[in-house]
Amino acid sequence: MRDEGRPRLDGWPLRAALAALSVAALVLAIGLAVSTGEMRIPLAAALGAICDRIFGTAFAPSRIQAGIVWDYRLSRALVAACCGATLALCGAILQALLRNPLAEPYVLGISAGASTGAVAVLIVGFGGDVLTLSGGAFLGAVAAVALVALLAAGAGGGTDRVILAGVAGSQLFNAVTSYIVTTSASAEQARGVMFWLLGSLGGVRWPDVYLAAPVALAGFAVAAFHARALDAFAFGSDAAAALGVPVGRVRAVLFGLTAAMAATMVSMVGSIGFVGLVVPHAARFLVGPGHARLLPASLVMGAIFMVLADVVSRILVPQQVLPIGVVTALVGAPAFAAILYRSRRLA
Amino acid sequence: MTIRLDAVRWSASGRVIVDGVTLDVAPGSTLGLVGPNGSGKSSLLRLVCRLRRVASGVVTLDGTDVAALPRLAVARRVALVEQQAGTEAQLNVRQVVALGRTPHLGALAPWTTADAEAVETALDQVGMAERRDQPWHTLSGGERQRVQIARALAQEPRELLLDEPTNHLDIRHQLEILGLVRRLPATVMVALHDLNLAAMFCDTLAVLQAGRIVAAGPPEAVLDEELIRSVFGVRARVGRSPHHGRPQVEYLVDV
Repeated sequence: MRDEGRPRLDGWPLRAALAALSVAALVLAIGLAVSTGEMRIPLAAALGAICDRIFGTAFAPSRIQAGIVWDYRLSRALVAACCGATLALCGAILQALLRNPLAEPYVLGISAGASTGAVAVLIVGFGGDVLTLSGGAFLGAVAAVALVALLAAGAGGGTDRVILAGVAGSQLFNAVTSYIVTTSASAEQARGVMFWLLGSLGGVRWPDVYLAAPVALAGFAVAAFHARALDAFAFGSDAAAALGVPVGRVRAVLFGLTAAMAATMVSMVGSIGFVGLVVPHAARFLVGPGHARLLPASLVMGAIFMVLADVVSRILVPQQVLPIGVVTALVGAPAFAAILYRSRRLA
Repeated sequence: MTIRLDAVRWSASGRVIVDGVTLDVAPGSTLGLVGPNGSGKSSLLRLVCRLRRVASGVVTLDGTDVAALPRLAVARRVALVEQQAGTEAQLNVRQVVALGRTPHLGALAPWTTADAEAVETALDQVGMAERRDQPWHTLSGGERQRVQIARALAQEPRELLLDEPTNHLDIRHQLEILGLVRRLPATVMVALHDLNLAAMFCDTLAVLQAGRIVAAGPPEAVLDEELIRSVFGVRARVGRSPHHGRPQVEYLVDV
């Protein structure tokens, strides 16, 4: 779906400049994130502290500031970036495969399933010593994908049925999560349920970065390899098959990939809605529908969106950190409505 | 015989749709599939390009069983134009036609000038070159059909399968598209409802009824009053056009 004749965004120099620009914007957003907080640290000092750690320089004015920047804020911003990038990527993939502009992990109940899996491991001890938190989240996500696929197929399989099936699935999984928490959890654990339902970057540290970053990058590599196949799904799976796309294999790989990516992020930060919905549409508006451009654009824009959403969640209410899912939903719910309205007009 | 079907059977949810079809399509010729709704025309086309797998029997392309060919190999030589094509994606005309290059590009190969030329040629052939930047969802039904045909042509197929390509087209574009299809060097199988168009543009016709071929051969040998009555349940008179010499069907209804 390349478009050689289109005047904008064409040619290598322009594309390279655009890529550099978007990475610069991401770095700037992360810079903003590390300097904002209860203790305001000037951007230069924050960047200096990061520079000190990486290159062994001595720019940072104080060790306390340096510690806050490196140990808390930078790891948090990087996980936010990976998380936003991954969820946006999941949204772009699911929207193409299911041919539905509303598809994304949260709407389809994949995030809810992952939450249930994570809570089951954490509180009930499901899986004993074998199953890690991420493993439980992955199983929950796969169960959600299977349930939604089954429900959608049972309901006649149309591109709109899958959203209804997703609503049913996420209600069910959220109910199971709440059930587990109210019956089995201690009061302290119960307070934590908000975390799984709304998402929070509170407890994130460097080890989370080492998991989130490879998942985001590997997920992007696999998705980018399938960019042309995703283009070919525009007219449905039969049309894709007639163009030589191995439909069954591509679907299995990409549904598995989105379940794994969503589950990894949910196990770290809880289920965060609407990022996967809003960002791919914004990216499509900027770079067009071809996945060779849409996937990298979603990746970078998702990262920037989530880092900024985290900043907003920390400064919106003084002395208090909102769950990040509240912020993304405040932006995402109106966008969801707009997309719904627009797709109705097109139909 | 580039396309050959031998005793092909296929059923869906317990109902036999294609019931022992044997058919040869000569290289470069145009075969018209005619028959009432639900007689198995669309299913037969899907079996030829392996979108569906035969229950028994065999479909061969140049002597090779399609079931033994990878999907990509089939897509590189066989193009299908479906009856209905819809999308939610905000594509323009050129992007839709460019999809036809998918089987030739693979996953990572870069877009080349040869691909761009194939797309431009295909757009020219269906008369949509000037509309290349128009959004797909603003096109009329007939224009969408022509763009889908251009997409199939951009695939540079040796075998082209069309499922009622003249649906939604005005009469001029019906004649243009079928004329174009006939002139193509490709071997063509086309499902048609209009018997007069089928007689004018096809080298041979195959008449389907309830999944079986009840008659096959040149239009003048196949189309007669008895067949039209037994297959379609319609009284008709078949004459010869004084203009092009092909059979012409006149339906005998009281108006």
